[in-house]
Amino acid sequence: MSEQGFTQHTGIAAPLDQANVDTDQIIPKQFLTGVTRAGYGKHLFHDWRYLDLEEKEPNPAFALNKPEHKGASILLARENFGCGSSREHAPWALADFGFKTVIATSFADIFYGNCINNQLVPVALSSAQMDAVFAAVKANPAVNITVDLPAQTVSFDETSFSFEIAEHHKNNLIKGLDAIGQTLELTNAIEAFEKNQPAWL
Amino acid sequence: MAKTLYDKVWQAHIIDQIGEDSLIYIDRHLIHEVTSPQAFAGLNEKGRKVRRPDRTVGTMDHSISTRSLAIDACGPANALQLQTLATNCEEHGIQLFPVGHQKQGIVHVMGPELGLIQPGMTVVCGDSHTATHGAFGALAFGIGTSQVEHVLATQTLKQSRAKSMLINVNGKLPVGITAKDIILAIIGKIGHAGATGHVIEYAGEAIRGLSMEERMTVCNMSIEAGAKAGLVTPDEKTFAYLEGREYAPKGQDWEDAVAYWKTLYTEEGATFDTVVELEAADIAPQVTWGTNPGQVIGVNTPVPAPEDFSDPIEKESAVKALAYMGLKPGEKLADVSVNHVFIGSCTNGRIEDMRAAAQIAKRGKVADSVTAIVVPGSGAVKRQAEEEGLDKIFIDAGFEWRLPGCSMCLGMNDDKLVAGDRCASTSNRNFEGRQGRGARTHLVSPAMAAAAAITGRFADVRDYQE
Repeated sequence: MSEQGFTQHTGIAAPLDQANVDTDQIIPKQFLTGVTRAGYGKHLFHDWRYLDLEEKEPNPAFALNKPEHKGASILLARENFGCGSSREHAPWALADFGFKTVIATSFADIFYGNCINNQLVPVALSSAQMDAVFAAVKANPAVNITVDLPAQTVSFDETSFSFEIAEHHKNNLIKGLDAIGQTLELTNAIEAFEKNQPAWL
Repeated sequence: MAKTLYDKVWQAHIIDQIGEDSLIYIDRHLIHEVTSPQAFAGLNEKGRKVRRPDRTVGTMDHSISTRSLAIDACGPANALQLQTLATNCEEHGIQLFPVGHQKQGIVHVMGPELGLIQPGMTVVCGDSHTATHGAFGALAFGIGTSQVEHVLATQTLKQSRAKSMLINVNGKLPVGITAKDIILAIIGKIGHAGATGHVIEYAGEAIRGLSMEERMTVCNMSIEAGAKAGLVTPDEKTFAYLEGREYAPKGQDWEDAVAYWKTLYTEEGATFDTVVELEAADIAPQVTWGTNPGQVIGVNTPVPAPEDFSDPIEKESAVKALAYMGLKPGEKLADVSVNHVFIGSCTNGRIEDMRAAAQIAKRGKVADSVTAIVVPGSGAVKRQAEEEGLDKIFIDAGFEWRLPGCSMCLGMNDDKLVAGDRCASTSNRNFEGRQGRGARTHLVSPAMAAAAAITGRFADVRDYQE
């Protein structure tokens, strides 16, 4: 779990204009045999990003491979991003590739939580606001987009949208806290709870 | 205020309130090789211990061969991952059922059959199909690896309360319609993200009429509707299933446990954030046509056209899905040929699934153009099936009878498809590339899969009823 905080990030975006992007697409199963958290970025979106199995032939039609989106640190997507498998390898791969934040219409629950635990900031905007962000990137791929977490805003050109995020998620992302360390401070309460559990458990 | 089943289980596990979150106690933690190594590494880096090794149980399922018991049968990377699980369990004093152990099985098949899952428990696992265990009235949900580490270290999780959804499946289930058809029909109705942020309670006459294994099939795919978890009220079937199982309470504990379990139901007048009604009589055998589980139709319904969808996102998804699946609008599934059949997985790898598939398999032979594999969900399922002679029925009909594991549901071992293959599969995800890059997956029930193996195309299993 990363322990550096996130406050504000400015960068260019890669537009992945589709709904229901599942974690099998983000990082396919053949790359899940690792025992560390590192090195998944090169396999990110493998099936879509490469024409071959050896990852030697990039698919020129795929957003991440287009020259104008090289160096993107913000990923744009649509509804239900990160659905399917609970694999945390998905946010590991996105972060390892260089993404700091994913801006989408909505996220699947487990993926959203996994992002929070990995300092990858999930930003949910309305469908109309996403249309505007996609349009801005289409008009000018080099447009700088700023995600300001304390202010809860996404800004580009003259536009600024606010987004919702739970206070505790926001605090965890900003402070980069060790969640386990925090809970271990409540060990007395955990012990007390365990003492009251029924005998059959 | 009248409480739902979810309210009761949730409230019984709150240790502390931290802002908007609750710190909840986790009664049972299941682990496997794919999503646990980084969690143990995190513990070891910080010198932390597993708080309750006695509440944690491990099995090997995702990365293992279904042809060989050798741990390195699927290459050195899989072997290292499996060996890492064994080492971690040994170092931290956790019970592990490794490859070849008589209790080994897919984590969501093994847990219930050993009695590890009981009503009113909180159950987690680094696997999204943990929702399976809601069939017992346990609050069970999938978590990421950082959370696996959190549970190992503290036996707790910080969670916010989910919204509640009641899904009533009214009336009796028609002949030939299975639990798999119910859950696929539900996902078809509410959509692949229809229950995001919710815990579902499944109710109604058709759900009450299901066996425990069938309820597991329904709850298993709650995640495919986007739900955090799925629940069924525990009843006499639940208690009868659990009684005498290895990890179920015994003696006075059993009496006390059952008395408590009987309090776990949604009270009259309790309200839900969302209510969905389905008529069991309207459900036909289901087949997915697209690349998410919400893209599903009855076996006799023509493949839809993008124009059939008013929502622009769904319309575009349909265009992409039809192209990937190589299907045309209006096409009949009965005219679509399959060359692979997979029967197994945490959705449909239990003994009743094996029996349902065998009932159809004994009516014919696997078509020459089809490769069909049957993968029991656990060692116990395999032994039971062999005792009943089901393995012989499958083998005589031309199916391959394999060793237990997750297998072709996700193809982390060598059971995978290649581009252009078309598979009738009893698993839970028809995502692009799920069973192999470029391969096409159609989700169906075990009986429908067996019928597809014999006919080489999709067939209405109701035509096989006696």
